[in-house]
Amino acid sequence: MSTHADTHAHEDDHGHHHKETFVTKYIFSQDHKMISKQYLITGTIMGVIGVLMSIMFRMQIAWPEEPNILFEALLGKWAPGGVMDADIYLALVTIHGTIMVFFVLTAGLSGTFSNLLIPLQIGARDMASGFLNMISYWLFFLSSVIMIISLFVEAGPAAAGWTIYPPLSALPMAQGGSGMGMTLWLVSMAIFIASSLLGSLNYIVTVINLRTKGMSMTRLPLTVWAFFVTAIIGVVSFPVLLSAALLLIMDRSFGTSFFLSDIFIQGEVLHYQGGSPVLFEHLFWFLGHPEVYIVILPAMGMVSEIMASNSRKPIFGYRAMIASILAIAFLSTIVWGHHMFISGMNPFLGSVFTFTTLLIAIPSAVKAFNWITTIWKGNLQMNTAMLFSIGFVSTFITGGLTGIILGDSALDINVHDTYFVIAHFHLVMGISALYGMFAGVYHWYPRMFGRMMNKNLGYIHFWVTAICAYGVFFPMHFIGMAGLPRRYYTNSAFPLFDDLANVNVVITVFAIIGGAFQLVFLYNFFVSIFFGKKAPQNPWRSTTLEWTAPVKHIHGNWPGEIPHVYRWAYDYSKPGHDVDFVPQNIPLKEGEEELQH
Amino acid sequence: MDTTVVNTGTEGKTWGGGNKPLKASYGKMMMWFFILSDALTFSGFLASYGFSRFKFSEIWPIADDVFTHVPFIHGDYPMIFVAFMTFILIMSSVTMVLAVDAGHKMDKSKTTIYMFLTIIGGLIFLSSQAYEWTTFIKGEYGAVETHGGNIIHFVDTDGNRVALKDFAIAQPTDRAQHERKNGIWYSDEKKLTSFTFNEVLAGFKANDDILVKTTYTDNATGHKTVLSRAESLTELETKGKNVVEGANLVHNEYGPPLFANYFFFITGFHGFHVSIGVLLNIIIFFNVILGTYEKRNSYEMVEKVGLYWHFVDLVWVFVFTFFYLV
Repeated sequence: MSTHADTHAHEDDHGHHHKETFVTKYIFSQDHKMISKQYLITGTIMGVIGVLMSIMFRMQIAWPEEPNILFEALLGKWAPGGVMDADIYLALVTIHGTIMVFFVLTAGLSGTFSNLLIPLQIGARDMASGFLNMISYWLFFLSSVIMIISLFVEAGPAAAGWTIYPPLSALPMAQGGSGMGMTLWLVSMAIFIASSLLGSLNYIVTVINLRTKGMSMTRLPLTVWAFFVTAIIGVVSFPVLLSAALLLIMDRSFGTSFFLSDIFIQGEVLHYQGGSPVLFEHLFWFLGHPEVYIVILPAMGMVSEIMASNSRKPIFGYRAMIASILAIAFLSTIVWGHHMFISGMNPFLGSVFTFTTLLIAIPSAVKAFNWITTIWKGNLQMNTAMLFSIGFVSTFITGGLTGIILGDSALDINVHDTYFVIAHFHLVMGISALYGMFAGVYHWYPRMFGRMMNKNLGYIHFWVTAICAYGVFFPMHFIGMAGLPRRYYTNSAFPLFDDLANVNVVITVFAIIGGAFQLVFLYNFFVSIFFGKKAPQNPWRSTTLEWTAPVKHIHGNWPGEIPHVYRWAYDYSKPGHDVDFVPQNIPLKEGEEELQH
Repeated sequence: MDTTVVNTGTEGKTWGGGNKPLKASYGKMMMWFFILSDALTFSGFLASYGFSRFKFSEIWPIADDVFTHVPFIHGDYPMIFVAFMTFILIMSSVTMVLAVDAGHKMDKSKTTIYMFLTIIGGLIFLSSQAYEWTTFIKGEYGAVETHGGNIIHFVDTDGNRVALKDFAIAQPTDRAQHERKNGIWYSDEKKLTSFTFNEVLAGFKANDDILVKTTYTDNATGHKTVLSRAESLTELETKGKNVVEGANLVHNEYGPPLFANYFFFITGFHGFHVSIGVLLNIIIFFNVILGTYEKRNSYEMVEKVGLYWHFVDLVWVFVFTFFYLV
C-alpha cells in the first residue's frame, strides 16, 4: 500500500493526474466518488422537501379544514388563515410523488450508489466517461431546481397527480396547476430523462468494459448486477415516457389532439377531436411500472451485499439471485396494464396482465427466501445497515403480499384508487427502497467519508422509523378496504367515512413522529462527516474491492496497480482460512478450490 | 503488491474481466445503447400512431390519395416522390458505409469524398421533406368539414377529384380578413378560407356532374365511398359546416385531425433527427479534412456517426412503411 507522498507519482503514471481546483474537485467534478456524494446530497435535500409535503397533507387529512400554523407559515396564500386550500393539497400530493419517485429513489438512490460502487467494486479507475457522468449529475441538478421553482408559480405547481393523466395535464385551463406549473413539470422531467439516460449509458458500458482482470460476470457482487440491470431498464423505459411527454407538450401548446377528444369547458366545445387519454396511460405506465423496479432493484442489490457481509455467510443462491434480477427486469416491461384495470381496458387483456403480473411473484419470492436463508444460522452483526436490510425484507414481503391482491383484476377493481393501493406501493417500493438507501448510506458511509456514523443514533433512527412506517401504512390497508379514496383532500363530506377519522389521526401522528426522527439521521450524517470516529480500512470486514482502495480522494481509486480478482464476492466463513472473510483480490491458496456457486 | 503472476482463473474467457468482451470501445457501445433508447422513443410514437389509426381505420385517408405530388410536374403520381426520398436516404447510408470502410483503411481522401456525398444525400432528403410538408400544408383540392368532424371531398362522374375553386360560386361579401393594416383587432384571426361553405354549396347545386366522396372506406373496393347525386346533395346540405383548405394541426382536408397531427409530429421528429445527423456529419467531415483522425490514428468517430446515420435511415423505413405503404 503506498503512502500519500507517492500517490502523485502513480497518478502521473496512469495519466489521471489533473491539477484539481476547488471547482473541478467539488463542483464540476468528473470523479465518480464526488459525483456520488453530489447525488446523495441533492437527493437528500429533495427527500426532505418531499417528506415535509407528505406531513403537511397528512395533517390536512387528519384535521381537515382546521387552521394550522405550519400551513400558514409554509403555504402563504394557499392557506388563508391557516386552512389548507384544496388546490394546493392536490399539488402537494403530486409533487410529493414526483419528488420521491424520481428525484429521491431514482436519482438519489441509483445515482449515488451506482456511481460510488460500480467503479470501486469492479476494479475500475472511474466511469467510462467522467465527462458524461458530470453532465448527467448537472442535468439532474437543473431538473431538481426547475421542479422546485415550479412550487412558486403563481397559479400553483402541477396538480394532476404524479401520473399526470390528461386532460388535467393537457389543457392549460383545466385547473390552476395545469398552466405554467405543468409546463415546468414537463420541462423538468424531460431534463431528468436526459440525465438518467446519460447516467445509465455510463453504468452499462462501465460494467461491460471496465471490469478488472479476473472479475467475470459471475464474480460480480450482486450490487453491481442490480445497478447494471437497473440501468438497462432505465434505457428501455424512460424514452417511452419521453414520447408521452412530447406528445403531451404538443397537445398543450400546439393544438394537436393526441390525448384529447370532445372536451367542453363552460359550455364551449373545444376543437380537440379523436385523441385518447387511455393512450397516454399506456405510454405512461410502460415507463411507470419498470420505474418501480428501477427504484427497488438497486436497493435489493445493496441489501443482498449487506446481509451476506453481516451474516458472515455467502449469499444463498447467488445465481438464482442474478436470474431473478433478470426475470424481474424482463417481466417489468409486460405488466403495465395492471395499473389500468378500471380504465375501460378489455377484460381479456386485463386477465393477460393479471397473469404476467402474478408471474413476478416468483422471482420476488426467490429473492425473499434467499435473503432469509442467507441470514439463517448466520453470525449476525446487528449494525444499523443490517437492521435496515432486515427491515427492507420485512416491508418488501408485507407490501408484496398485497401486490398479489392488486395484480388480480377481479380483486383490484374493488380497491382501486383507495388507500389500499397507497399502503401497497409505499411499503413495497417506497419504504423498502428508502430502507435500502439508508442501509447503503450506513454501510458505505466509511467508504465515502472515511468516518463512521454514530451507532446509537443509528439504532434510534431505525427503530423509530420502522415502528412509524408500519404505524403509517399498516392501518391504510383497512381504511382502503373500507373504501376511502386516495387524493381526496377531505373526507368530512361523506358520513360513511366518519368512523375512519380517528384512524387517519393515528396515521398522521405516526407520520409526524417518523418524519421528525429523520432529523436524527440528518444530524448523524452531517455531523459525522466532520466529527465521526475515524473508520478503519475495512470496517465491516467485507470481501468486495471497494474496501481495498484508500479512502483519501484520489483520482483513479487505487494508487499503483488495480487489484486483480481471484474469487467471487462472497467468500465469508470459508473453511480453511484463518479469518471469516477472504477479499476478492486474495489469490486462491495452494490446493484451494473456488467455491462452486 | 505481489509481483508474481497468479492466475485469476478467468484467463481466456470472453467475459472474464480485464478485456472488452464485445470488442467495442465504450463510446461505440454508448452509441449502441443510445440507439436502443431512441428506438424506443420512436416505438412509443409509432405505437401511438397505430393505436389511433386502428381506432379510425374506416375514415383514415388512403396514402395514395394524399401524397401525389412531384415537383415541377402536374398531375397525380402517388408515391413517386416519397420513393425518391427514400432511395436518396438509403443511398446516403451506402455512402456512409463506404466512408466507414475507407476510414478503416485510413484512406483520408476517400473518407472525405464519401462523407461529403452522405451529407449531400441528407440535405437532399431534408429539402424533399420540406417540399413534402409544403404541399401537404397548402393542400390542393380543398374539402368541406362536417358537423361531426368528418371530411367531404368532391369528385366528378369519372371519379377524379375536383378542386373547390373549379366550381364554387363567389358571392359578394363585406367580410374581410382581419389584419393589422385594416384596423385594430384585439385578437388574431385565423386565415379565412378562399370560399365560404355557402359558396361551395351554391356551386355544387349549379354543377350536376359533381358528387360527394365521403371519408369512409368501402371495404369491397378499398377506395373511399362516392355517393349518388341525390345522396350527395343531402349529405352536403345537412352535414356540411365549413371549408378546409390544406392542413394544420387542428384541421386538414385529408381526413381526421389525428392524421395530420401524427404526420407532422413523427415525420418532423424524424426530420429533426436527420438534421442532427447532417450536423454531426458536417462536424466529422471537417475533422476528417483537418486530419484529426489521421493524427489520432483511428477513424472510429466516423463509425460512431455512421451508426447514428444508419439508425436514422432505419427509422425512416418504418415511418415510410407505416405512413405511406400500409
